[in-house]
Amino acid sequence: MSNAVSTARTAAAPATTGGGHNGQRNSALAWLTLPALFFFLVFAVVPLAGVLILSFTSWDGIGAIGAAGMGNWFSVLADPGLYNALGLTFLIMIASWLVQTPISLLLGVFTAGSQRYRAALAVLYFLPLLLSSAAVAIAFKALLDPNFGLATGLGLPFLAQDWLGVPHLALGLVIFVIAWQFVPFHTLIYQGGVRQIPKSLYEAAEIDGAGTIKQFFHITLPQLKYTIITSSTLMVVGSLTYFDLIFVLTGGGPGNSTRILALDMYLRGFRANLMGPASVIAVILVLIGLALALFLQRLGGKDKQGSQLEGM
Amino acid sequence: MKQPQTSRRSFLALAALTPFAAMTATACGTSGPGTSSAGGGASMWYLSGEPNQTTMQKAVDAFTSANPDNKIEVTYFQNDAYKTKIKTAIGAGQAPTIIYGWGGGTLKTYAEAGQVDDLTGWFDENQDLKEKFFPASFGAATVDGKIYALPNQYVAPIVLFYNKELFDKAGVQPPKTWDDVMSLVKTFNDMGVAPFSLGGQSRWTSMMWLEYLLDRIGGPEVFNAIFEGKPNSWLDPAVIETGTKIQELVSAEGFIKGFSSIAADSNADQALLFTGKAAMMLHGSWTYGAMKKGGQNFVQDGKLGFVQFPTVAGGKGDPKNGVGNPAQYMSISSKATDAEKETAKKFFKEGILTETVVDTYINSGSVPIVNGIEDKLNTSPDKDFLNFVYDLAKNAPSFQQSWDQALSPTAAEALLNNIDQLFLKSITPQQFAENMNGTLGK
Repeated sequence: MSNAVSTARTAAAPATTGGGHNGQRNSALAWLTLPALFFFLVFAVVPLAGVLILSFTSWDGIGAIGAAGMGNWFSVLADPGLYNALGLTFLIMIASWLVQTPISLLLGVFTAGSQRYRAALAVLYFLPLLLSSAAVAIAFKALLDPNFGLATGLGLPFLAQDWLGVPHLALGLVIFVIAWQFVPFHTLIYQGGVRQIPKSLYEAAEIDGAGTIKQFFHITLPQLKYTIITSSTLMVVGSLTYFDLIFVLTGGGPGNSTRILALDMYLRGFRANLMGPASVIAVILVLIGLALALFLQRLGGKDKQGSQLEGM
Repeated sequence: MKQPQTSRRSFLALAALTPFAAMTATACGTSGPGTSSAGGGASMWYLSGEPNQTTMQKAVDAFTSANPDNKIEVTYFQNDAYKTKIKTAIGAGQAPTIIYGWGGGTLKTYAEAGQVDDLTGWFDENQDLKEKFFPASFGAATVDGKIYALPNQYVAPIVLFYNKELFDKAGVQPPKTWDDVMSLVKTFNDMGVAPFSLGGQSRWTSMMWLEYLLDRIGGPEVFNAIFEGKPNSWLDPAVIETGTKIQELVSAEGFIKGFSSIAADSNADQALLFTGKAAMMLHGSWTYGAMKKGGQNFVQDGKLGFVQFPTVAGGKGDPKNGVGNPAQYMSISSKATDAEKETAKKFFKEGILTETVVDTYINSGSVPIVNGIEDKLNTSPDKDFLNFVYDLAKNAPSFQQSWDQALSPTAAEALLNNIDQLFLKSITPQQFAENMNGTLGK
């Protein structure tokens, strides 16, 4: 719902500058939320309710749906596979954040400069974002093939590890490929954020004798507070839904070493034909996602309307 | 800055109206990609990959040009992806008219849910068609005494392939016993060649090892008990011994480095054998055709050897027993229209395994499941392999269908997951048996 309301607010904002018939304009403009509300209901609320109902049923995806009471919940919560998947999900989430945030922050600051070579580099950094996850996964899989891959082709024996066949290597590789794919996106967010910072702040700092590093820590970083929160929210909540890349790259293997929650849900539902338990995991995913998003919003402080440019 | 507020009333009005809009929008989404075009056309999903794809396309083209009113539209999918896609499509009521599969447990799920047509009566009307096929091929098409699928294509036992060139170089013979296997592992590792190629990421590839080992150690009775869901049947000592032997082979570096990240869909496992990076490979007989086509004359130059799976000392299983796919199967979706069903049946009768198709299969190195093909097999350039497969299938006292197809999808997925862990040695054979025992009856 909050989506729809905030759309209404932004849509209504220009009306105030126009002045005059505020009440009437607003109620008319409220109808503009209809498409957003419609899509939100059809594609988010209705399936969510469906999944919640399915989690109390037993269904193989093909035959009739039967009631199962709390059975699915008890069996899934007692299954060590769930905790393995949960642990991996959080591990990948934290590792992804730790790897991606510094890189994209620094790249964002770098590409925000106005020099022409930086613009050219920014285009290069941006490229991985244009590729689909499945294509990225297939390409990395081929490059890292222990027998026919890049290492054999270039004659670099230290690269000839069994990257996708050893549990901890596979996990590390998954984190690396995710970072490779998503760093460009977050770089873009930070680039935009840095460009919003008024030049006058830096000019004042220079007069006071602050160097580049001091400027970064005392102006850039604090000014990017909300950008960091936005980027982190996208990273953390987004990491709950990493699926396509891991599915194609490792299929959850070797063993269960990259079987994160979203993949676990898919494999249970569509491979093992256990739609009930899969729905339980889906509900758990939704709850975790909501909790994380709320937590990150709290980090931003209660006074969200407060400006970073107070006194400017 | 003062934020303008949307009035509560207009917001509530929106919330009340939206569900109706949602209903009208969803109502128009009934026809999906699986349902076929108008008229007497039927749709079919089939596997990509050679030589099957070309053979099927030729058969369909021949049928369509002879019957312009009965169009068949084929869409091709990769093996591993297809297995998931078809289940989802059937569950969503979007299945193609002709449902391709491997019979067994998956077909049973479809039949019990009333998603595929009972073809028993139709086969009774078409006795000559029924008598055309190997009788054994109907086993996996039958659920509770009723036939739900048409057997087609070829019989595909699992065969132990080897690279003759590497064996000559090492001066050794293909393995006859498990002890031979273990000593060959040492020989080839010392030579710097991987003993066995394996596409372990696909998991059913690793499963083929367990299928044969369990049969050689405990005989076909052990899996039959599992198949029937008898209590504690997975805890049979033969299962534990099978798991132990597998882990011994893994520990001795019997499989190529990185086997658990190699997928069979890309045929990389076959490439390892014909490029001489691995000396042996346990795989389905269908890989012969694929290697003949893609193996840089490896097959044509007579470098590909093949033997039955070795015996295990003290084992109960007959060395002639086989495992693999007795045939592939095609069912008719109950959701299809009568016209689509008629087209499909006509295609079953006139379009599949025609003289030309049978010849194409034989030329590509497969044994079609048609009676009376001995003469054709004997005149083929691949007669050694074809007769080997034919005899294996015909003379096997027991021919076990692939486990992942015989079991229910739920048990099969648990099986593949546990096999993966067994090969990685992240669970013990005892844990494997216990985990699987928990899936009995599911």
